[in-house]
Amino acid sequence: MSETLLSHLQAKWPAVTARDSLDCEAFTIPVDHLAAAAKFLRDEMKFDLLLDVTAVDWDKESPRFTVVYHLGTTTGPDYIRLAADCPDDESPTAPSLTGLWPAANWHERETYDMFGIRFNGHPDLRRILMWDDYPHYPLRKDFPLAGIETPLPDFEIGEKTGADLQPAPMAGGPFVSAGSGRSSQDEPRAKDQSWTEAKPKPN
Amino acid sequence: MAVHTKEIAYNSKIEGEVIVSRADAVINWIRSNSMWPMPMGLACCAIELMAAASSRFDIARFGAEVMRFSPRQADVMIVAGTVTYKMAGAVRRIYDQMASPKWVIAMGACASSGGMYRSYAVLQGVDRVVPVDVYISGCPPRPEALLDGLLKLQDKVKHERSAKNLLTATT
Repeated sequence: MSETLLSHLQAKWPAVTARDSLDCEAFTIPVDHLAAAAKFLRDEMKFDLLLDVTAVDWDKESPRFTVVYHLGTTTGPDYIRLAADCPDDESPTAPSLTGLWPAANWHERETYDMFGIRFNGHPDLRRILMWDDYPHYPLRKDFPLAGIETPLPDFEIGEKTGADLQPAPMAGGPFVSAGSGRSSQDEPRAKDQSWTEAKPKPN
Repeated sequence: MAVHTKEIAYNSKIEGEVIVSRADAVINWIRSNSMWPMPMGLACCAIELMAAASSRFDIARFGAEVMRFSPRQADVMIVAGTVTYKMAGAVRRIYDQMASPKWVIAMGACASSGGMYRSYAVLQGVDRVVPVDVYISGCPPRPEALLDGLLKLQDKVKHERSAKNLLTATT
């Protein structure tokens, strides 16, 4: 199956390459051919189920953003992963797959919300988790986990209560596991526990 | 045949239908024993809130079984769960729609302080948008803890200067 799938794809689009993967098969597809390849996989290769749409931010590298699709099939246990590099690092774009799978609609809205990738041809590309006026893309690498100070989505409530979106007190966090040693010593803990909310971090 | 009657209440003929008490005591007694909650169930704490209302724990024993999904009819808002910034305005708006006197219980770590969600999306404590009377620790708190918090709130209500507050401006 694996050789044939790659060779089928490469017969049509020679630039398609296999992609390193720990589980299922994965292919890197040029973003121009993504929609056509997805249609081919859906109609002729029986990968008729869109399971997930997400993205990767490679931070300093270029191309910076990669959109990732997981396709499954309703006739067997197979599933595959497609990845495509977005052309522009500043305002990345990708083709929308809503025409092939209606399920792509909300997935692409979420990917847009979190990474700022614009999906061309999407019928209703609005934020889905954060509010419409939120100015940042939280899953980008340059966004701090604690958040950035922003007004509340309900302006009059923020004005009345004086509350706004403050960076969350991390107190040495994020809380991570060292990933080595005995499990009893491997509980998630803050990287820097020398400061707390009561005793601020020395500059 | 003699009809046997036994006085178990006060005798109005003797007492003259008058009871002497303090207005605060009467008002607070009425208020504290019939607190209708507005269940602001936002996350898993709401499951414990439901458990507190059901037969095993039975919040009705303390007069708070009438969960009202209309803020106009509620006395105490129980914020049970994680309040996101997107939800914070709705929480405040529902609080504003409740008729005075009104109280707020912050149930669990998330409502009290943001809990484990130290992130860009979660309000770090519901007391930033509404005034909280009782904080309940736990993640989630057991129903007993909620009942204890309710008793603490009743105790607080019983010590309010209600008659004086009636004459002054209310929040």
